[in-house]
Amino acid sequence: MSTKPVMAPSTEATISRRGFFMKLGILFNGIAAMVLAVPLARFLFSSVTRGRENGYLSWVPLGNVSNFPEGETRMATFRNPFVMPTDGKTVDTACWVRRVADDRFQVFAINCAHLGCPVRWFPQSGLFMCPCHGGAYYRDGSRASGPPERGLFEYPYKVENGVLTIDAGQLPTPGDPVASLPSEKSPCA
Amino acid sequence: MRLITKIGEWFDHRLQLAAPIREAAGHPVPRNTASWFYVFGSAALTVFLLQLVTGILLALIYVPSAGEAWNSLQALNHQIALGWFIRAVHGWGSNFMVAIVLIHMVQVFLFGAHKYPRELTWIIGVFLLLMTLGMAFSGQVLRFDQDAYWGLGIGASIASRVPIIGPFVVKLMLGGPIIAGATLSRFFALHVFVIPGLLIGFVGLHVLMVLKLGINEWPMPGRIVKRATYEAEYHALTKKDGAPFVPYAIWKDMFFAAFIILAIAACAYCFGPFGPTGQPDPTIIQTAPKPDYFFLWLYALLSLLPPSLETPFLLICPPLVILGLLLLPFLSGEGEKSWKRRPIAFVTVLMIAITLGTFTRMAQFTPWSPHMNAWSGDPVPERYIHGTTALERQGALVFQVKQCRNCHSLGNTGGQRGPALDTVAVRLTQDQLIRQVIQGGGNMPAYGNNLSPAETTALVAFLETLHPATQSPARDAARGIVLSEGKLRSSTQP
Repeated sequence: MSTKPVMAPSTEATISRRGFFMKLGILFNGIAAMVLAVPLARFLFSSVTRGRENGYLSWVPLGNVSNFPEGETRMATFRNPFVMPTDGKTVDTACWVRRVADDRFQVFAINCAHLGCPVRWFPQSGLFMCPCHGGAYYRDGSRASGPPERGLFEYPYKVENGVLTIDAGQLPTPGDPVASLPSEKSPCA
Repeated sequence: MRLITKIGEWFDHRLQLAAPIREAAGHPVPRNTASWFYVFGSAALTVFLLQLVTGILLALIYVPSAGEAWNSLQALNHQIALGWFIRAVHGWGSNFMVAIVLIHMVQVFLFGAHKYPRELTWIIGVFLLLMTLGMAFSGQVLRFDQDAYWGLGIGASIASRVPIIGPFVVKLMLGGPIIAGATLSRFFALHVFVIPGLLIGFVGLHVLMVLKLGINEWPMPGRIVKRATYEAEYHALTKKDGAPFVPYAIWKDMFFAAFIILAIAACAYCFGPFGPTGQPDPTIIQTAPKPDYFFLWLYALLSLLPPSLETPFLLICPPLVILGLLLLPFLSGEGEKSWKRRPIAFVTVLMIAITLGTFTRMAQFTPWSPHMNAWSGDPVPERYIHGTTALERQGALVFQVKQCRNCHSLGNTGGQRGPALDTVAVRLTQDQLIRQVIQGGGNMPAYGNNLSPAETTALVAFLETLHPATQSPARDAARGIVLSEGKLRSSTQP
C-alpha cells in the first residue's frame, strides 16, 4: 500500500543513484589507497630518506695512531656504524690508511672509484691496483691509469687522543659525494 | 574407466574448461610452422617451469640473510641429499634460460614474427627478456658469496652515475647505506616474489596472444605483410594448408623440451653447482670478482671503453636499446618477413652476436686486469739474466720487485694489461724507455716517484737486453752523432 510512493522514482533515477554510490565507492577506495600509500612509500623509501639526511654517517675509530707507521700504507678494518641483526660479516669494512707524516693521514675507501671492486696496495711499486677492470692509483690515491675517472675515495679523518677516527658509514660510489673529498691531483711524474 | 570419465565430467560441468582447452589444442596452424625452428618459445616456457620447481625446492633450505645465506648454500652443497644437484639444475637452468630466450628472440626477429599484428606479443617478449635478465642478476646476488657482494658494488656504482637521482637509487637498491642484510633481503623479494609474479602474468599474456593471433607463418620471400590484408590472408592460409597444433606441431616442441631438460640435468650432473665462492666478507679483498656468464660481455665492455665515454655509454645505451626493441614492430610493422630479403636485419643480428660473443670470450681471459699474484717473489726467468752485466741484473731485480710483471709478461708469464716486454728493446730506444718508465702514459702509471735514478738506470739497462739475438736494440740515430760530437768537442778542448 504505502510502498508505492517509494517505488515512484523513475528507473533512470535509480541507476544514477547506483552510479552515484559506485563513484562514491571508487572515491572511498581512493582515499583508503592514499591513506595506506603514505606509510607504504615511506617504508619503501626509508633508506633513501635516512641517507639524504646523512643519517648513516658517524665517526668510527680505526685504532691507535701508532698502529700506522709513518710513510706506510696499511689496511684497517672497522665495523659499519649502522648495523642490523641479519648483516653478518657484511658490516665489517676495510680501508687503506696512509700515514703521510705525523698527524697527517689519508684514509682511502677500499672501493675502486671505477666500479667499487676492492683495490689492493702494492708497496713495492707504490700503487693501488684493482683486480676487476685494471684501474691503478698512486700512493696518494690519485688516478694512475685504467678506467677510473678520478682518484680513490677518501674518508674525512681526525686524530683524537692518539686515535685515528674517520667519518664513515656509507658505500662510496662514483655518483655519491659522501666520503669523497676532492682527491684530484696532478699525476706525480 | 567410466568412473574417470564421470569424474572428469563432474569437474568440467563446474569448471567448463574442456571446450576452450580442446579449441586451443586443436587450433589450426600453417603446416610449415611445424618446424624445428619453432621450438624455442615452448623450450623457454619449459625451462621457466623447471626454474620455478627447483627454485621452490631451494627455498626450502636457503636462508635469505646476509649472515646465514652462505652457510645455507654450503649446507645445500654438502649436507642435504642432492642439494648440490638441485642448485646445479637451477644454476644451469638459468644459463639455458637466458640462451634460449635470446635464440627465441633472434628466430622471431629473423622470421619477421614481430610484424603486424603481433607487435604487442613482441613488446611483451622484450619485457620478458628484461625480466629474465633481472632474474639472472638477482639470482647471482642470492648466491651470496664474494662475487655476489662485489657484483652488487658494481651494480651500485653504475646506478650511482645516473644524474641527480643516482645516490638515492643506490640506497633504494641496497636498502641501506652499504651492501648488507637488507640488500640481500630485497633481492630475495625481487627474485622470489616480484619478478616471478610478473613473469607468470606476462608469459600468460604472451602465450595467449600466440593462440589468439596464430603462430607466425613460415616467411616466404616476396610474401609482403600489409595491415589491410594480412589477417584475411593468414586465415585463408590456415584453412587451405593448416593442421591442428596438437598433435601435428606439438611433438617437436615436446621432443625439444625434453632434450633441453636432459641437457640441463647432464650439465648439472657433470659440472655441478656454481659456487658459492669465498664468504661475503668485505675485509677479504684477495678476490677478483667476475659476473656470471650472461653478463661477461658487460664486464669486458666496462674495461675496454675509454673512461670518458663510460658513463654516457652506460646511461644512454641501455635505454636506447630497450626503446629501439620496443619501437621495432612499429618501425617495421609491414613488408618482407623473410630474412633472405632483409639483409640489414640479418647483418645487424650477426654483428650483435659477434660483438657479444667476442666480449664474452675476452672476459674469460681478462687481459686488461693486472695479474695480482705475479709476485715479486717469483724468480726472473734464467735466460733473461744469462750473460748479463751486474747493472742489468740489478735492473732485472728492480723489474721483479716493482711488480712490472703484474702488467707486462716476460716469457709468457705475467699480466697482459701492458705489452709483453720480450722484445721491448727493439721497439723503444733507451731514451724512450726512460721516459716511459718515469712518466708513464699510454695507460701506464708513472714510476718517477717510485724509482731512484739508480734503479731507473738499472731497469732500463735490463730492458735494453730484451731483444732477439738476431736483432739489435733500437737506437736513436741522432744520439750517436750528438754523443760523438760531444766527445769530439770535449777531446778538442784543452
